[in-house]
Amino acid sequence: MGQLSGNSQAWPLRIDSLVKRFGQVTAVDSISIGVQSGECLGLLGPNGAGKSTLIRSIVGRVIPDAGSISIFSAPGDSMAARMAIGWIPQELALYPRLTCYENLQSFGRYHGLNGGWLEQAVARCLDWATLTDRQGELVKNLSGGMKRRLNMAAGMIHQPKLMLMDEPTVGVDPQSRNHIFEMIEQLRRQGISIIYTTHYMEEAERLCDRIAIIDHGKIIAQGTSAELVHSAFGSRSQVMARFQAPNERVAAWAAERGGRAVENSAEFTIERSTEIAGILESSAKAGLDLVDVSLRKPNLESVFLHLTGRELRD
Amino acid sequence: MILPIIRTAVVALRRDRGALTLSFVLPVVFFSIFAVIFGGRRSTTPRITVLVVDEDHSRVSERLVRGLKGEGSLEVKTRPEPVKGVEQSEYTAATAEVAVKEGAAPVALVIPHGFGDDPIAFGPQDANRPTIQLLEDSSDRVAPQMITGLLQKVAMTSMPDLMAEQGSKYFEQFAGGLTPEQRNRLNQGIQYLNEREESGASAAGSDGGSIVAINAQAVVGKNKKNPMVSFYAAAIGVMFLLFTASGAAGALLDEAESGTLDRVLSSHVTMTSLMLGKLTYNAILAFAQLVLMFLWGWAVFKLDFWSHIPGFVVMGVSTAIAVSAFGMLLASICQTRAQLGALSTLVILIMSSIGGSMFPRFLMPAAMQKAGLLTINAWAIDGFTKVFWRDEPLSNLWPQVLVLLGIAVTFFLFARRLARRWEYT
Repeated sequence: MGQLSGNSQAWPLRIDSLVKRFGQVTAVDSISIGVQSGECLGLLGPNGAGKSTLIRSIVGRVIPDAGSISIFSAPGDSMAARMAIGWIPQELALYPRLTCYENLQSFGRYHGLNGGWLEQAVARCLDWATLTDRQGELVKNLSGGMKRRLNMAAGMIHQPKLMLMDEPTVGVDPQSRNHIFEMIEQLRRQGISIIYTTHYMEEAERLCDRIAIIDHGKIIAQGTSAELVHSAFGSRSQVMARFQAPNERVAAWAAERGGRAVENSAEFTIERSTEIAGILESSAKAGLDLVDVSLRKPNLESVFLHLTGRELRD
Repeated sequence: MILPIIRTAVVALRRDRGALTLSFVLPVVFFSIFAVIFGGRRSTTPRITVLVVDEDHSRVSERLVRGLKGEGSLEVKTRPEPVKGVEQSEYTAATAEVAVKEGAAPVALVIPHGFGDDPIAFGPQDANRPTIQLLEDSSDRVAPQMITGLLQKVAMTSMPDLMAEQGSKYFEQFAGGLTPEQRNRLNQGIQYLNEREESGASAAGSDGGSIVAINAQAVVGKNKKNPMVSFYAAAIGVMFLLFTASGAAGALLDEAESGTLDRVLSSHVTMTSLMLGKLTYNAILAFAQLVLMFLWGWAVFKLDFWSHIPGFVVMGVSTAIAVSAFGMLLASICQTRAQLGALSTLVILIMSSIGGSMFPRFLMPAAMQKAGLLTINAWAIDGFTKVFWRDEPLSNLWPQVLVLLGIAVTFFLFARRLARRWEYT
């Protein structure tokens, strides 16, 4: 990625050529990216891609080896930047023996809130997380989904203008996940800028205006979901044929036909559905025992596979 | 920013019943056990039971037994305890030996027939002279030697007339005879001693029987109702303070593990203010523990607490800050709670044993006493002892206060340096 250009005043977040190494591993490899006002930027990538390190660099918990971060034009390590950022870490960073109310109160105080402002902020966050009726409950007694919501609320207590959400739906059931989506959409309606990291394609597609695909510490593509799919596949579709045959034979045949093998399946991109017949005929000639075949429109998962040769959840 | 840290920690402690119990109930229980064991005694050495068999039944042997019975450090038994209210017959040489073998007493003395005819042994050795038999349990190395010494002393003090008579006999034998006048005066003196012993005017241990008159007087702790209790309140208190402080400081490790520490440090709170907040909280907790210990000592063991409040506050605050910094240092050295638990147990038990929390340092060898000065326990206990036992003024506490606060500052600075690993990944 090249250097960002333009007026930095317009950018809640700008990152230029950021590098972070842990020993021999380059976790963030010269990343440059920005978030515009009111935008939700998705960072999509598998575990270990460097998403969390990038987020922790922005929030000041990781010191980069090179590059710069500015938040609303303030240096990333300044107090002004800290106050502008709300961070929702992947871990449940809460006090388990304190109630929901006491947790929010504590984190509010740590952000310098007190008196009536603090009370209002706590009430607002409890309402946002729909935990008002559970405010007196000890955190350790809450369900997983409730803990996740409270974890988000704690990051919102000081009304930040830029939210950094690091996989906020990890380990929650579908119902709670929808609840969290609604909370995020509510923030979006308020015009709060968001960075949302996930390795769930559906979440990125649903919530994000723009998606940056990150792998091995680099941003390998970015744009809207439609743009990413179009740039990778154009108007083509994908055919997936699964065989009962040794993986090596499937791989050799797929390579010969210009496709890609994933275990005992072969994947091809086609312009017209009539090309499927030719693929099946070729597999029969190669002596591969077909189990099933499917046709689908490419999605972000396909884009990631196309760009990296690996599944998003590898 | 320090106040919010304290408030959060106080609420969290209230919810952790295990930590509350460890902090407040266990020390009191432990303290009570030690206080009951050691604080209730008048002396540190118990009385020694000795069985006495008088086969002689002479005037002399009876005086000797009477003299032994007069010794405060001995419990002389001439017959077994009554069985179902029935008086038992006197020990014989055989039954006394069996009783020693069975552990009823560490020592038995058998005064043989004819002892009274020639009781004093100095002068030429005579193989035919009847000799007192001492039957001992060799597993007890102290009691037989003590009985041997006391027997010599009782012989001197309960039979001075016989001593003088025997002495004059040998004097005449080896130095030549006395003049009639000298003989007359010596006989009068022996007669006086004899009459005095027969009349019971001289008791063992009284001034009249002593070779050198002794007037023992306690100069330390003379008026204390229970001086050992104040020692154990401080000694046990400091040991548990160290455990509590290291446990409380372990919250840093919990918060680092859960990610809460990251979140806190991404707010207005800096690592220094976070650690100062925890240091202050842990010191308050430690001081509260000490207050409870000493109040318990006052209420249950008659510890003179209220007249020593200023000294207690000075030593309590200094000790609390020092143990709190010690806990912070241990926590910042360790990577996990389990590591902290193991390391703190090891270090604290060693510090407590050489620092005087388990056994008074003044009873230890000189080298061990010096080694103890490397521990928080020793300085804290010395300070509390100055306050509660020696009634020294506040100004005399400066060495202890200075060392404890010096330890606190040093440990905290080290802990802060080590905590840099939590500041940034």
